[in-house]
Amino acid sequence: MDRIPILKFGNALLVTIQVDMHDRLATALEEDLTSRIVSNNARGVLIDISALEVVDSFIGRMLDNIAAVSRILDADTVVVGMRPAVAITLVELGLSLTGVKTALNVERGMAMIHDRLAGSEADDADDED
Amino acid sequence: MPTTKTERLGIKISDDVVRVRQLTRMLSVEVGLGLVDQTKVVTAASELARNTLDYGGGGEVIAEIVEQGGRRGVRLTFEDKGPGIADIEQALKDGFTSGRGMGLGLGGAKRLCNEFSIVSAPGTGTKVTIARWK
Ligand SMILES: Nc1ncnc2c1ncn2[C@@H]1O[C@H](COP(=O)(O)OP(=O)(O)OP(=O)(O)O)[C@@H](O)[C@H]1O
Ligand SMILES: [Mg+2]
Repeated sequence: MDRIPILKFGNALLVTIQVDMHDRLATALEEDLTSRIVSNNARGVLIDISALEVVDSFIGRMLDNIAAVSRILDADTVVVGMRPAVAITLVELGLSLTGVKTALNVERGMAMIHDRLAGSEADDADDED
Repeated sequence: MPTTKTERLGIKISDDVVRVRQLTRMLSVEVGLGLVDQTKVVTAASELARNTLDYGGGGEVIAEIVEQGGRRGVRLTFEDKGPGIADIEQALKDGFTSGRGMGLGLGGAKRLCNEFSIVSAPGTGTKVTIARWK
């Protein structure tokens, strides 16, 4: 079966979804990302969905699950590049994706992950005082 | 209501759900729906195709371009010979699922379209029709 490639970018993982995924492919991505967060010690996950013309409840749930699992594994997930028509449709569908952080593009998403890491390192330094 | 184009597609494996999305997109473009309306009807089609596959045990979609009073639209009819739905009102409620879903498909598809109807009874299968007008 095909799989969506996961790239490593410093301490973050980057996934660019370029195809209209069938459900098994989406489920495989969810599993692959979970194991890669652990094996790569990743602190952030960026999922670029700018090429996706449709996000239905299945893909929406996948994004929610990835965000929830990565949070437990101490990594931040940011979904980037959601098309406006997709965002409008998701709201009407009833999927608010409240657990998912979003950014306009990959640069801003990466900045969000780095900001959080910088913040948590500052907290660690405070703890040592 | 005159039909100017009809396509049929079997829904038997999860790749077929992708094909239903592509066919719906193609017809929506042909009818001249705007980008947001295209996205809405394709998303609704995706939800209903998955229901046909997961709960109906597979079936088919009849996709049409229809015309009424000078207006054109896309109409999709999803049909299966599965177990049917005993309580339609409950199935339409957001959050109700008998599987592992979020229970958003039916209610969401209804909100995303201009027309929505469902005919289903235990033992005879399910037929859901949606339409989106330009
Ligand atoms: N074609 C069908 N045949 C039999 N039962 C169906 C069919 N379509 C829907 N149902 C029933 O209606 C319920 C609600 O469907 P709906 O699409 O709203 O939610 P879901 O599929 O459970 O979750 P989601 O679509 O959010 O992933 C289903 O759980 C199922 O019990
Ligand atoms: Mg459903």
